[in-house]
Amino acid sequence: MQKIILAKTGNEAMALAMKQVNPDVVAAYPITPATEIVQIFSQYVADGEVKTEFVAVESEHSAMSACIGSCAAGARTMTGTSSQGLALMYEMIYIAAGLRLPIVMADVNRALSAPINIHCDHSDSMGCRDAGWVHIFSENAQEAYDSMIQAVRIAEHKDVRLPVMVTTDGFIISHGMERIDTLPDAEVQNFIGKYDPLMHLLDVKKPFTIGAINLTDYYFEHRRAMVDAQNNSLKVIKEVGAEFGKKFDTGYGLIEKYQLDDAEVAIVALGSTCGTAKVVIDQLRAKGVKAGLLKIRVFRPFPTEEIAKALENIKTVAVLDRSDSVGGFGGPVFTEIRSALYGSAKRPQIAGFVYGLGGREIDMEQIEGLFMDLKAGKVKADSVSYLGVRE
Amino acid sequence: MVEIRWHGRGGQGAKTAALLFADAALAVGKYVQAFPEYGPERMGAPVQSFNRIDDKPILMHCPVKSPSVVVVLDPTLMASINVTAGLGKEGTLIINTGLDAAEIKKSVKFDGKIFTVDASRISEETIGRKIPNTPMLAALVKVTGMLDFDSMLEDTQKKLAKKFAHRPEVIEGNIQSMKRAAQEVKSA
Repeated sequence: MQKIILAKTGNEAMALAMKQVNPDVVAAYPITPATEIVQIFSQYVADGEVKTEFVAVESEHSAMSACIGSCAAGARTMTGTSSQGLALMYEMIYIAAGLRLPIVMADVNRALSAPINIHCDHSDSMGCRDAGWVHIFSENAQEAYDSMIQAVRIAEHKDVRLPVMVTTDGFIISHGMERIDTLPDAEVQNFIGKYDPLMHLLDVKKPFTIGAINLTDYYFEHRRAMVDAQNNSLKVIKEVGAEFGKKFDTGYGLIEKYQLDDAEVAIVALGSTCGTAKVVIDQLRAKGVKAGLLKIRVFRPFPTEEIAKALENIKTVAVLDRSDSVGGFGGPVFTEIRSALYGSAKRPQIAGFVYGLGGREIDMEQIEGLFMDLKAGKVKADSVSYLGVRE
Repeated sequence: MVEIRWHGRGGQGAKTAALLFADAALAVGKYVQAFPEYGPERMGAPVQSFNRIDDKPILMHCPVKSPSVVVVLDPTLMASINVTAGLGKEGTLIINTGLDAAEIKKSVKFDGKIFTVDASRISEETIGRKIPNTPMLAALVKVTGMLDFDSMLEDTQKKLAKKFAHRPEVIEGNIQSMKRAAQEVKSA
């Protein structure tokens, strides 16, 4: 199978993946920096390159509502949004997961207002982290493309049946053009297969109620079942990622370890910063500094055991959060990791760093400085600080 | 790895030039990045865009701070912006200007190689509008030798043919402007 090499922005890559998935329904509303995903996809629809029913709605709340309706009716359904758009969907985000609807959404990570800002941080999707969706972060356009395709399989798997959100870093990835290897349409179609929902509203032979009220009698059990589905998805995400690798050469897991196994000092990060960190690590390794990276690809379900194991032999770890839990002790990644490590007999010293809010740049010098501070013992364990802010 | 910074004003095509250059470099097997700096998106405001070109995968996703080539689409920017920031002595500065080389040397504090080409005039004469990005792209490829000029021209023609399918005169004008810029670009 010959891959097709293209230069694509993150948004173009995600729109292309959606075209190749050729979903039954896309309902979406444009928002910077995700607008192009919807715009490019609507062009595919206009040009007859997909058979998708494209629903141009009047808001993101309506977009997710329409997705919920179409998915419940048995249609393979996708959408895309960002930041305030995701925030406006919030009510329906919980409903999509609670009704166990395998919607796939591209979210271009962007800061939340106020102050108003269009640039990258992870606050938007982190705000939905308890909703029941599977959350997959992308380091670059290639991963965004590959994960959008895998997301369909993960969401629709009978042991999962949960919506999946694939994110890219706003502007950095969404608007940055890079070389990516793409697959022929037929390969994508073969990989995702035909959608065969367990039950759907248009199946008149098996009528059922969806969205019924659950009070004290069953609500808890339904929420508990979602926990099982999330836990099941750990295995499914790995299986789908491995199958993708077997077929198309690049496999995916829940986390990625880069020079981590023998590292003394390490950072943990999500998204595009991981690529920059890898370059810094290569430079530091050449100077004899045992630096490493733990990249978290899947934030929900949180790969607690894998992460605890991956970090057990590291001396000092800095966790980079591109969002903050204001008033909490550190950002969401720091909190999760610290909790994950609590049960480990061997665990590293750990400190949290909130960085890059509202698109504040992070460069190689900052990452190198962080590694050197870790190595020199200048980072106070169990502390949370802010990297690159004027204080 | 080669890092390039483009300076222009909103509407002059600094972003498109970086995208076209990346696409052309990809066509000859390079790994590429092209990305704009997103600030005030309005006509006439100073804008920057960037390229990275390498023979191996490019992993970093941070700003370009020490480019080896800087392309200036609008010379009036040089009065208010230090276009040579981070550009080392080994670097190359390419300016769209009708001024002669000696005058440029006087006004720019830069010891590296300087090239000039009157891309605005060329684009006016060939495309009919002041759109200096494609002739500056041609000048960049010509003076750096990073890509084969004819392959780049061929690839750009293909890309433009897609974008301007309904306006063939735009494609021809751009190709002519690129050929002329490659001939007329000179060392200061």
